[in-house]
Amino acid sequence: MRLSKRRGLGLASAAAVTALALAACAGPSDSDGGDTDGDFTPLKSIKLQLQWLPQAQFAGYYLAQEKGYFKEEGFDDVEIVPSGGDIVPQDALVAGDVDFAVAWVPKVLGSIEASGVELTDIAQVFQKSGTTQVSWKGSGITSVKDFEGKKIGSWGFGNEWEIFAAMAADGLDSTTVSITTQDFSMNALLDKDVDAAQAMTYNELAQVLETVNPATGKLYTMDDLDVIYYEDTEGAMLQDALWADTKRLADDPAYADAAVRFLKAVAKGWLYARDNPEDAAKVVYDIASNAEAAFPVGPVHQLWMMNEVNKLIWTGADFGVVDDAAWKKTVAGALSAKNQDGLELITSEPPASAYSNEYIKKAIEELKKDGVDLSGSYTPIDVTLTEGGQ
Amino acid sequence: MSDFARAASPVAARRRTTGRGWTAAAWGALGILAVAVIWELYKFLGPADGVTIGATPGETGSGVMILPRTHDRAMPHIWTMVARLFEPTSGGATPPLVVTVAQAAVVTLGMAAVGWLIGVAVGMLLGLVMQRWKLLEWGLLPWIVVSQIVPLIAFAPVVNAIGNQIDRSGTPWPQWLSVAVIASYLAFFPVAIGVLRGLEAPDRIHVDLMRSYAAGYWATLFRLRLPASVPHLLPALRLAAANAVLGAVVAEVSIGMRGGIGRMLIQLAGQASSDPAAPWGPMFGSIVLGLIAAGSVALIGFGLKNYRRGEATA
Repeated sequence: MRLSKRRGLGLASAAAVTALALAACAGPSDSDGGDTDGDFTPLKSIKLQLQWLPQAQFAGYYLAQEKGYFKEEGFDDVEIVPSGGDIVPQDALVAGDVDFAVAWVPKVLGSIEASGVELTDIAQVFQKSGTTQVSWKGSGITSVKDFEGKKIGSWGFGNEWEIFAAMAADGLDSTTVSITTQDFSMNALLDKDVDAAQAMTYNELAQVLETVNPATGKLYTMDDLDVIYYEDTEGAMLQDALWADTKRLADDPAYADAAVRFLKAVAKGWLYARDNPEDAAKVVYDIASNAEAAFPVGPVHQLWMMNEVNKLIWTGADFGVVDDAAWKKTVAGALSAKNQDGLELITSEPPASAYSNEYIKKAIEELKKDGVDLSGSYTPIDVTLTEGGQ
Repeated sequence: MSDFARAASPVAARRRTTGRGWTAAAWGALGILAVAVIWELYKFLGPADGVTIGATPGETGSGVMILPRTHDRAMPHIWTMVARLFEPTSGGATPPLVVTVAQAAVVTLGMAAVGWLIGVAVGMLLGLVMQRWKLLEWGLLPWIVVSQIVPLIAFAPVVNAIGNQIDRSGTPWPQWLSVAVIASYLAFFPVAIGVLRGLEAPDRIHVDLMRSYAAGYWATLFRLRLPASVPHLLPALRLAAANAVLGAVVAEVSIGMRGGIGRMLIQLAGQASSDPAAPWGPMFGSIVLGLIAAGSVALIGFGLKNYRRGEATA
């Protein structure tokens, strides 16, 4: 008995030593060189973190891949990492899992303040907000002022701040609304569990319009709905942006160089999506349903999304350049917004490094030299939705 | 008594067992049919918008729903769900839903199987050392129990992050391995406890007999403790299989692994408004998956049937 006890202790200490040794091994051990100023080895392999599953919302990145634009800019290998689980793009970027990430501006501002991370918005892909609040026609919710005392649906996870910013701008008390967490279908609205449901113009709004109205046997139409576009309110916030690691941009010339080349390829991808929305939607749909096994909503839905996303990107402003006024509006909204529990997203101005137009401007300039013209606008197409978007 | 009879007449016993197999299958089919009938019956009789009590007029979402909605979006007809299985998954030229579900189920089953194997190996090892050294049992058992209190959705991203770190430092660590490790985290628990209990199952008198033969630890282990542990081990393995499938599905969803049935379920559920029958495909798929996992473990039990006396229920 005594012997076995001693042996047990020996085993336990051996286990402890092994654990320590393993922990020591697990530390970061990669240190690729190339830190010498001015003289660096260009990055050839990068990773981009999306904020959701593969769909036309991210067409530009997939097109840059598919049409060889990344290759043209000197990348041998670009991995586009979809999200859709518990992956938070800015966290993946901070952790070093990826080199660039797509994320909404208010969410990253929240992360910057909450955990002191340093990230830079290097390109504001979506110039306008695509968020809406959808209610049934006749239910009397036609503006944010009508929210008080109502049941308002939202997905949460940082998608709700435009609601509160818009309410704060109108001087409304956010504690009077009852925010209900929506799932990613539109059943909450269809079953009248909420008075107004959150919907992106390019995705969930289309889902309602792809559903058969049992009363008529036909699809719901925009005439059945009242839609509040946050873009028209003071609550509008900047959404899909490309983020990079601030410190790495400053310290690693190879990374800064890769950022510009990456933006050039991405701009070309989005340009292709602007000029060929049908083909772009098809390419993304094929990638999403085959290569990525992401079970996307059908091809018609993707075309609708492509069309709506193009409207948010090509507003007449320079592609990807952060508009200072829109940025200030986002920050002001984020500062003023208080959620239903009285919590705030941020309490102080974000650091100046939170956005930089240096890289996108350089990319646009270089593209101009290459004969790629990013000016011009998008001509929306008409998309007739079908049941289930198929 | 029945054990005795079976031992006395193995042929009769076998005949009785196969006979019982057919009856069981018939009952199983009847059960599925009954569920389908109840589903359609309630759909037919129940109110389309369900029954809510205590609702304040004019206040959306107030009251408590006591009977669920029955309209086609909430409860599609059985035949709609079955028909949907043979329509393209994502419209266009994509393969039929049933094919996609089968592929996704295979992916998940593979990860669950790896998770199960890891879990069983770790669980057995823990059970063995805890039985061998009382000190380790005192030290480890509380931690093993506590380990199961950690919610999987908190644990999964940590495993994923560590996996990513290992992957970045040069040793390839595919995402599915993270899923398997997370699945094994749920699977090892019943095995560790089952093995510990099983190894301690022999009566004192049997242990004393081995001691009087001057049999050492290993001889006692192989000739007495391991055979005696089988009735505890088999239910533990079955539980581990079910846990591994559950863990794999949750892990997929949590870490964003694509291709498996969990991810598919979430994805199609997001389209449930305009395509309500679609999410039922992966739901049926996961049920079949669970049955396959439990059935595979039953095959192990078949190989060990000589030791299955007085099996503990679990």
